[in-house]
Amino acid sequence: MSRLTMTRRGLLKAGAASGVALAAPMSFVRGAYAEDFCNMPTGGSVTLGFNVPQTGAYADEGADELRAYQLAVKHLNGEGDGGMLNTFSSKALKGNGVLGKKVEFVTGDTQTKSDAARASAKRMMEKDGAIMITGGSSSGVAIAVQGLCQESGVIFMAGLTHSNDTTGKDKKRYGFRHFFNAYQSGLALGPILAEQFGKERRAYHLTADYTWGWTQEESIKNATEGLGWDTVEAVRTPLGAGDFSQYLTPVLNSGADVLILNHYGKDMVNSLTQAVQFGMREKQANGKDFQIVVPLFSRLMAQGAGDNIKGILGTTNWNWSLQDDGSAAFVKAFGQEYGFPPSQAAQTCYVQTLLYADACERAGTFAPPQVIAALEGFEFDGMGNGKTLYRAADHQCMKDVLVVRGNENATSQFDLLEVVKIVPRDQVTYDPSIFGGELGPADAKAC
Amino acid sequence: MKQLFSREPFALLAFSVVILAMPLWLTPLGANYPDLLQKFAIFAIFAMGFNILFGLTGYLSFGHAAFLGVGSYAAVWSFKLFTMNVLPAIFFGVAFAGLFGLLIGYISLRRSGIYFSILTLAFAQMCYNLAYSVLTPITNGETGLQLTLQDPRIIDRAFAEAGAGLPETNLFGIDMSGYPGFYFCAVMLIICFFITRRIFNSPFGLMLRGIKSNQNRMGYTGFATRPYTLTAFVISGMFAGLAGSLLAVTDPLAGAERMQWTASGEVVLMTILGGVGTLIGPMLGAWIIKYFENIFSSFNNATLENAFSFLPEGLRTMAVDVSSLFVGEGWHLTLGVLFMLIVIFLPGGLMEGWRRLLRRFSGGGGGKSETAPVVQPAE
Repeated sequence: MSRLTMTRRGLLKAGAASGVALAAPMSFVRGAYAEDFCNMPTGGSVTLGFNVPQTGAYADEGADELRAYQLAVKHLNGEGDGGMLNTFSSKALKGNGVLGKKVEFVTGDTQTKSDAARASAKRMMEKDGAIMITGGSSSGVAIAVQGLCQESGVIFMAGLTHSNDTTGKDKKRYGFRHFFNAYQSGLALGPILAEQFGKERRAYHLTADYTWGWTQEESIKNATEGLGWDTVEAVRTPLGAGDFSQYLTPVLNSGADVLILNHYGKDMVNSLTQAVQFGMREKQANGKDFQIVVPLFSRLMAQGAGDNIKGILGTTNWNWSLQDDGSAAFVKAFGQEYGFPPSQAAQTCYVQTLLYADACERAGTFAPPQVIAALEGFEFDGMGNGKTLYRAADHQCMKDVLVVRGNENATSQFDLLEVVKIVPRDQVTYDPSIFGGELGPADAKAC
Repeated sequence: MKQLFSREPFALLAFSVVILAMPLWLTPLGANYPDLLQKFAIFAIFAMGFNILFGLTGYLSFGHAAFLGVGSYAAVWSFKLFTMNVLPAIFFGVAFAGLFGLLIGYISLRRSGIYFSILTLAFAQMCYNLAYSVLTPITNGETGLQLTLQDPRIIDRAFAEAGAGLPETNLFGIDMSGYPGFYFCAVMLIICFFITRRIFNSPFGLMLRGIKSNQNRMGYTGFATRPYTLTAFVISGMFAGLAGSLLAVTDPLAGAERMQWTASGEVVLMTILGGVGTLIGPMLGAWIIKYFENIFSSFNNATLENAFSFLPEGLRTMAVDVSSLFVGEGWHLTLGVLFMLIVIFLPGGLMEGWRRLLRRFSGGGGGKSETAPVVQPAE
């Protein structure tokens, strides 16, 4: 019996050893040619990784992001009309790829899950040799992938992510965000709320019970309380609740006269629709008209909410109805390609791709440390958001924020948001140190 | 040949060779990169463990992802608090999953059939919601638990100063990312295969099979069945915990989605796809699902254009249009179709197909070998 055990163990060991021996040459081969940094492009092309949700709750946003990425690749390679390349203040990009190399791309499905997103990003780095990863339609995913990119030494250009944490406590040297954040939403929305609804209001928050919801609730609370508003109560609702009536019933008897919905996507569509069905918008409270506010808006959500969105205030990163040259060029190129106007998610993803390409071009290399240096503190214009600064301290873009209102007289199915005010950059600039966090090192890593 | 493989040393040797040589034979399939190889090994362990419960006792747990999540969280906390060495992480992952298994199993196993499934599903969903929002200080909610520069890492700090960047998980100095990570997972898989094989062929395994075929009769013959099912439940929970901690080892992050009911459903699919109650069926199922998830989802129109470039223009556009439904965002569809085909035509999963093939080629003389790897009497 004991002899048999010995043999088995020996066999196991031998098996393991021979396996390792078999595979060892492979790992040596991998490391044989010297790479200065992870996925250094050696041939005539360079690969970008577009990691977006293709299935799940944010699939609409993901599909639009992918359209924008493909358009950006076309423009970088000199196909099409060039879009924002013509209006971009930096003229380093010439429409011949990046640093003379043709831009290619790979795509992946994040499923709006951190695990799947990281697996997909790893595939792009390890198998497809992607030099940059971009995408994400939720803050959780963006933060997870950003962490991975920092560890692997691959630059991450965040897509749609609104949580303060992405460039706050979870900021990374290799991660960059063009989209605005919840804190800036609060800064932009606060004065408008005071202007429209007065300074003596009592607010009731319904908040999606996860990281993004909390940061937004906190930001809006701080901004409104700074104006003299009271917060009656802030109630957390589970994500994807579907039926919000049990959370909406107490609102009217609470003495509040403003309802703030810190929800996104389907949650926001449901909660807003139900609030309107409860007749809240016709109600009077404390002698004032009852009001509903949705701090983060998107056109895709407005489409879902239909008529209920009319007259509701919120903020957005960008809207296709803007008239500046950059926006016009982008809307035109996007419209010609796909037949409808782009969403804010599409715009931020398109711009991020161009910014990365431009930074490589200006740095004269794909090496991440130099590219990071080229992006940090970079000041640009002509991309649809006015004068913009990629702040070096937290890799957050400082730019104008749009306060929008659901359009009362929509002329088309896309004309859903009306811009109330373009809040200038100075008003939404804040001290980067308030959220803590560390960027970490920029050293290049071989992979 | 068959006789040879039914003998333990040879079975183990053959299994080890196949697993360790995965980087070689997966290259033509485009699946030879460390992350996917690691996932193959890890989810094979998960499915194998699930099969110990579902395949042997017939209890269909719909909440196994909870153990996967618990294993991950325990492992990441071990990285954060103690050391980046993977062994303690795995120990804590398995131990906590076992504890959870004991607790959930003790309650759920009071019922059987669909009620058991619903109970486990409820527990898993509870764990998910706790992790997602209520227990945020422990789990970091939706964002997922990650390593930070501020972590104490008491044991590591006792030996060396903290570096500038985040440390990597290691096994006494060998970094556990990339290929070394895969080989580590592969060795774990081989050990799990050995344990599973032993369980299948033991009197204990026989007892579990007896419970599956008729629990009442087992009771009437004088066996208290619940301790057996509970043991199977805990063991399979520990396998899931091991898989979860390995996920954290190869990529130190634990997210709540790992516990979602879809993840629990996935392991059921893996097991059924490969063959319930067979030794390696669940592993094959896990590989197929992970392959589809990672490779099929990455095909886009440009890839298809390349693949069909030999066709004339008109035909090519048509071929691309039709096949693009099944790849990229349509990978779920392909998987669904495959699953339907297998369930309808091969109710015993891929292993049944394999057995049918064997029977055909051995001239039908093999007779009925319904249970895949030959069941040997206990020693």
